[in-house]
Parts: sequence; structure tokens; C-alpha cells
Amino acid sequence: MANQEENKDSSTISRRKFLANSGYAIGGLVVGGVLGSLLGREPKQQTPAPNQSAPQQTPDFNQALMFFTQEQFKVVDAATERIFPKDDNGPGARDLGVAFFIDHQLAGEYGFNARDYMQPPFFPGEKVQGYQGRLRRREIYEIGLREMQNYSMSKYKKNFYDLAPEEQDAVLTAFEKDEIKLTTTSASGFFKMLVTNTLEGVYADPLYGGNKNMSGWNLKKYPGNQMSYANIIEKEGLPQIKPASLRDHLSH
Amino acid sequence: MPKRLPKVDVVLVGVGWTGGILASELTKAGLTVVGLERGKERKTEDYFMVHDELRYALRYELMQDLSRETVTFRSNEKVRALPMRSYGSFLLGDGLGGAGVHWNGQTYRFLPYDFQIRTQTIERYGANKIPAEMTIQDWGITYDELEPYFDKFEKMAGISGEENPLGGKRSDKYPTPPMKKSPTVNMFIEAAKKLNLHPYMVPSANLSENYTNPDGVARAACQYCGYCERFGCEYGAKADPVVTVIPVAKKTGKFEIRSHSNVRRILHTGNRATGVLYVDVTTGEEIEQPADIVVLTSFVFNNVRLLLMSNLGRPYNAANNTGVIGKNYAYQVFKGQSVGFFNDSEFNTFAGAGSLGACLDDFNGDNFDHSDLNFIHGANIAYTQTGKRPIQNNLVPKGTPGWGKEFKAASIKYYNSTISVAAQGACMPFRHHYLDLDPTYRDAYGDPLIRITFDFEEQDRQLTQYLASRCEDIVKEMKPSLVETAKELGPYDITPYQSTHNTGGVIMGADPATSAVNSYLQMWDVENLFVVGASAFAHNSGYNPTGTVGALAYRAAEGILKYRKSGGGILV
Ligand SMILES: Cc1cc2nc3c(=O)[nH]c(=O)nc-3n(C[C@H](O)[C@H](O)[C@H](O)COP(=O)(O)OP(=O)(O)OC[C@H]3O[C@@H](n4cnc5c(N)ncnc54)[C@H](O)[C@@H]3O)c2cc1C
Ligand code: SF4
Repeated sequence: MANQEENKDSSTISRRKFLANSGYAIGGLVVGGVLGSLLGREPKQQTPAPNQSAPQQTPDFNQALMFFTQEQFKVVDAATERIFPKDDNGPGARDLGVAFFIDHQLAGEYGFNARDYMQPPFFPGEKVQGYQGRLRRREIYEIGLREMQNYSMSKYKKNFYDLAPEEQDAVLTAFEKDEIKLTTTSASGFFKMLVTNTLEGVYADPLYGGNKNMSGWNLKKYPGNQMSYANIIEKEGLPQIKPASLRDHLSH
Repeated sequence: MPKRLPKVDVVLVGVGWTGGILASELTKAGLTVVGLERGKERKTEDYFMVHDELRYALRYELMQDLSRETVTFRSNEKVRALPMRSYGSFLLGDGLGGAGVHWNGQTYRFLPYDFQIRTQTIERYGANKIPAEMTIQDWGITYDELEPYFDKFEKMAGISGEENPLGGKRSDKYPTPPMKKSPTVNMFIEAAKKLNLHPYMVPSANLSENYTNPDGVARAACQYCGYCERFGCEYGAKADPVVTVIPVAKKTGKFEIRSHSNVRRILHTGNRATGVLYVDVTTGEEIEQPADIVVLTSFVFNNVRLLLMSNLGRPYNAANNTGVIGKNYAYQVFKGQSVGFFNDSEFNTFAGAGSLGACLDDFNGDNFDHSDLNFIHGANIAYTQTGKRPIQNNLVPKGTPGWGKEFKAASIKYYNSTISVAAQGACMPFRHHYLDLDPTYRDAYGDPLIRITFDFEEQDRQLTQYLASRCEDIVKEMKPSLVETAKELGPYDITPYQSTHNTGGVIMGADPATSAVNSYLQMWDVENLFVVGASAFAHNSGYNPTGTVGALAYRAAEGILKYRKSGGGILV
């Protein structure tokens, strides 16, 4: 079926073609619809495939730091790899660029809690009232990472990132269980955020610096984002669809 | 002195679902309407980059900016209310279309029982069935009276569905047939049938086929893209105000939308509203918009907050049980659910639509006997396939660590292999659950935030236990490798997402002593002020609210036109 073919590689199909093929153009008075503008858009051309005979590695200019120091970066890189390690299923956090993802997130709006209510007065609350601290996410990271280093140094006389994997797990567990007392924030709160951000870095669109080459999505056989699943929604089993990312949705 | 603009017939505060419906109905009848919307304009072209889980689902791109305005919350009157500093329990709409842009589109009608809940509960079980602190009351309207308005809303939005075998009587069928059935939806339906239950397809505002509505608005069919709830629809397939009612209002030439306009007060002389005071968010300028009729369509929280800040209506006082504004705040009891893990099957659950699913009402409302149960009402039980997105879906069997090698393996193994059946529990009002103004915390303009005083009660815990077990029966019937059921409700916690089904505060009824608005959502105390939304619900049912909110909005529009024609007075 033609439509199935399309689903296999939707990145090459233009929105225009897609709409035409799926009988999308409907008659009548279109007041609320958007077909006109949809049909008017031209998709981005497929980026030319790299020369097969001489595969050329373009450097990933996105892999540099906006917020972390190099030492902080190494701690995060090592910690996230323990949270989401490389295994038989496929790549771990390190190969997926998760630490770069977290760095980039903390550099912007998210790190500054720009869209959170951060007005005083600050009072400690009940658990059911949620986070009530005055620290912003980037400050919590700075404190948490410093303490990971201090704790590793005092216990093992080594940097966190130089520890054996089991030792790293022990440090992370001490944070998870609040065995470490931070004066200004909670160790488990920091750890929870680290786990959440790790999963975001594994599975967010590669546009944000993690999920490199959509390899995170491949772990879950997730097709990323596609124009339509109308043709597979009634199908038994798990359809195999080559993933597409937001880059494929860009028109020029 | 604020700038004063020329008077208009009607001013709407907020242009989401209710504001959009009012705008369309009133301008079609020839009134001039100004819609003040604090957020920005939106259009379908905004969503060509919308399949982005991080930006829309986790960084809340389309929702209210909490740094400017949030709510405060306490479990009871003994503790200090503190601000909801980041999102959790519910997500507030902002910008043209409001939360109607990023809803799922599950569009139910409340049950006949809901509208006469007090009378019918007492008739069947006696007055002792209702705990002393539970403040349920009849709504001042019956299902049959509201039926034509449900029908109107469904035809405007093009709701796709089939008749609920246990629902109220319908005057007509749904305008479009139900959604396509995925394999897991079929599994739910078959399991429910084996248990002699009455499953039906979730009524859906994601169009099952191309549809042209009575206003001539043509929209295209849903593509099951899996990015629906928390996202805008890039196809216009999901009914939202921006692709349905707002263009109709605009076409009349009588509707002016002013975006970036944050309303701070309702102006009034005595018991007559004269207009509103708002701030142009882009310049900070204060502006007065006079109007013959003022309509609050700013969602539950701001509907209540604006009344209280403007000293309109009688504020609710829980201590002596007087007043009404802020009374009967309710929510949704949405924790009871059961999950099946399948070791040997994989499903296409990454695909889906906000309202794709099947459900049943055998244990909703008073469709089952409560004589031997310690709660009233119940829940719609549903399996929905809304599109499993990878960051937020990492379900693992109990006992699996929350991180590391085992977690990774299990979260990947089960990603395409779980089915969750959930009970959307009704929420009864209690005397000490209410909304008022926070004494401490303020918004970006220096106005007090709304304060929520709310917790789950024994009624909610019992309901959850019972309904979770019913979910479990269905999941077991699907023969998964492992079943896990959440039966313990715990206290109300504002941090995990539950639903944006906040209700009450400006409740409707037949008696001005115990309600704020009548069955046209006209304020008893201020006859040219209408307050529209789930704020009118005297309790919350075991369903998503918007079908009923939409019906009430159509009725309010009719009321406003009647009021206008009759030259004033209370309508009922
Ligand atoms: C993620 C999500 C999923 C949902 N899914 C469903 C579902 O499947 N089924 C269902 O029935 N319901 C669902 N809902 C609920 C549904 O979206 C709401 O019931 C509906 O949008 C309410 O309409 P409304 O007009 O009352 O409020 P809204 O649509 O939110 O509109 C209110 C508008 O008022 C504006 N406003 C507020 N205060 C001011 C002010 N002071 N000045 C100017 N403007 C102001 C806001 O910016 C907003 O645009 C969902 C909600 C969310 C958030
Ligand atoms: S699932 Fe359907 S209605 Fe929802 S956003 Fe996708 S195409 Fe639109």
C-alpha cells in the first residue's frame, strides 16, 4: 500500500503531498481549517546523504558547554551514565549526549526557573505543597555536584568521575536516600531532578543536544514524530517505522 | 486615571472554550462583543513544530506563566497556604483558545443523576447517606432541560462517538462516527463485554472523519499523531475554539479580540456591572472597557478571584457556612487504576489520539447500588490510547529500582507492552473545601492569588478502593503477565499531574441563598453579570468536564440574549 510506504520514511514526504494523498483536501467553506496554509508550505529538502565512499565526520558543534565547568560536566556525564548505562539494549547517557543536554537546559529558562513562581516569602511547606525553596535549578545543581565531589573525596579520596562504577552507585544511592545532608537543599530532591533530566536527555528530540542520532528513540522502537498514524492505528503488533525528528518538519 | 474606551454590548473576560462559544453565539445574534484575553493570539500554523514532548508536555509551552500568576494551596485551614511554584496537579490555559487548545477532547455529558444529586440520593438511600460535611446540592436544572445544549455543543465541535448505553437520553446521535479502534482498545472492549459491562467508544473531539459543522466550518480528520494532550493540533482536527467558534464570531465583523489584555477588576455601581478594568500587558497601561453586560469566561480560578477582588457577590465563609463565592470547590479523584504488563505482546501504543479509547459507566453516578458502600457516585472507567511519548512513559513493575541498569532494561522492555485502565472518580464538595483570596502571595500586578483549601476525604478513598478493583477485574480479563493496581488514594498532593478538572466556586442552583448563579449562569446578585465555566458545577462528576461546560455556555448565551430582549431582570 502506497500509504504504508510513506509511513516508513515520512521525512521525505512533503506536507503538501501528504495532504493530497490522504484525501485531505475537503470542499466547503473552510473557516476554521488550515488547509490553505498547510498546502502552501514546502518541506525542507532532505539533507544530501554523506558521500558513501568517503564518510566524513562533521564535528558536532553543539557539544560544548554553556553552563557547567568542565569538572561539573565530567561529574554529570559519569552520574547520568550510571543512571542510564550502556548495555545490551544499546547506548547509555554518555553516548546519547545527556550531559550536554542538561548543560544546555540549565543555561536557559529552565535553569533560571523563569516560568515558575519564585516570589517571597519562602516557608518550608508540607510535602503535598511541592518545592518551596528559593534556589533555582542551576543553583541546586551547583550545590549537588559540589557535594558529590566532596563526598567522593572524603570517602574514596577520588573524584566522582574516577570512581569504580559500584562506588559511583554507592554515592548516588547516598544522595537518593538522603544519607547526605545538604544545608540549603535536599540531596534526594537534587537526585530526583538528575534522574528526570537524564530521561529527558535520553528521549527528547535530538534538537536539544541529547538523544543523539535518535538512538534513544531506537531503544524503545519509538518513531519520533510522524505526520500521521492513521494507517497503522488499527494494526496488530508493533509497526516498525524509521524515526523522524523535528528537523524533518522544517520548511525553508 | 485609566483610559476609558467607548461602551460595547458585551465584554468577555478570557477567550478560551467558554469565551469563544459566547462570542460566536452573541455576535451571530447581532451584539458587539469585545474579548479580552491576557495571552497571545494563536493559530494552527503555530503547531508545525509541535511534536516536541520536552517543550510542550514538560516545559508547558502553551500554559499560563506561573512567574506572573499562580495559585496557593493548603490541605486544611490549620496549615499555611503556599504557592504552587511549578506545575503539577493541573495545567492552566493561556492565550487565545485557553486550555481548549491543549485539551484531549474527551467530551462527555454528565449523567441525569448529577443534576439532581441531592434529591435522588435521598430518595434512594435516605438523608443519612450524605455525610454532615458533604455539601452536595441539585443544580437548578435537569439533564433533560440541558439536553438541547449538549447537542448544540457536540454538533459545533463535531464530536465522534456512539451512544452511551447507560447515559442520559439523546435527541440525536453524535454528528460523526466513533474513532478507529486500535488493537488495545478492542482488548478493553472484549474484556468488558465478557464481564457483562457496557463499553462504548469515548466521545471524541478529535474528528473521526472530515466534518462541516452547522456554522459552515470545515475541518479535517484526526491523524492519530500521538501529540494531542498538552499540544495544539497541526491539522485543526481537534476541536478547539480557535478553529471552531472564534472564526465564526470574527466573520460577523462584530467581535474584537484584544490579546495581551489582563483583566483586574469588574467595575460596578451598586449591584450593576458597568465594565471591566484591564492592563495592556505590553505597555502596562490601565484601560477601562465599559459594557452593558459583563461575562466572566476566565476559567474557575479567575472567575472566583475577579468576583472576590471586585467585591461582587457574597464571599463564602466556611466557619459559619454563609455566602457562596468560593464555595464547593471540587476536583477529580483520579488515582484508582490498574496496569497490565504483557511479556509476550507489543502494541502500537506510541500512536494514538487524545480521545481515542473506550469506556464504561456501569460504576458511575448512581448506575449501581450504593446501599452497602460507604460512598456515593463513582467513576467513568476508561482505557485511552493517547499516544505514549517516551520521556513520560517509563512504567516498570513494582520492585524495579528507579534508575540504573535494571530500570533501563525494564522501562524499555515494557514500553510498548502495558495497558492501563483508570477510573475518573467524581469529587463531592465538602464544607471545608473552598476558594478564597490568599492573604500573603500576589500576582505580577500586586493582586492577591487565589487560595485553594482542599484535601481528599473518606468518600474519595472508599470510591478509589472500589473503582480500582473494578479496573483490575477488566485488566485481569485481558490476561496480562502481571497486574498491578493502585487502590490507595493518599492525601491530595499538588505535585503530580492528575487533571485540569477544577470545579466550583460560583455554583449554580435554584436558590439564591445557596447558589451564586441561576441556570443561565446569571448572577443572582448582579443581573448583568454572567459567570460561565466549570465554576458553576455544584460538584464534579466522574467525567471530564468540558462537554457539560460547553452545554452550559450555550445556555448562558441564550440567557444573555433573552436578558437583552426583555430589558433586564432575573431570568428565572
Ligand atoms: C492538559 C489538559 C487536558 C484536558 N483534557 C480534557 C478532556 O479531554 N476533556 C475535557 O472535557 N476537558 C479537558 N480539559 C479541560 C478543558 O481544557 C477545560 O475544561 C476548558 O478549556 C475550560 O474552558 P474555559 O473557557 O472555562 O477555560 P479556558 O479554555 O482555559 O479559557 C480561559 C481563558 O481565560 C483567560 N484568562 C484568565 N484570566 C484572565 C484575566 N484575568 N484576563 C484576561 N484573560 C484571562 C485565559 O488566558 C484563557 O485563555 C483539559 C485541560 C488540560 C489543561
Ligand atoms: S491526535 Fe488527532 S486531534 Fe490530536 S493533535 Fe494529533 S491529529 Fe490532532
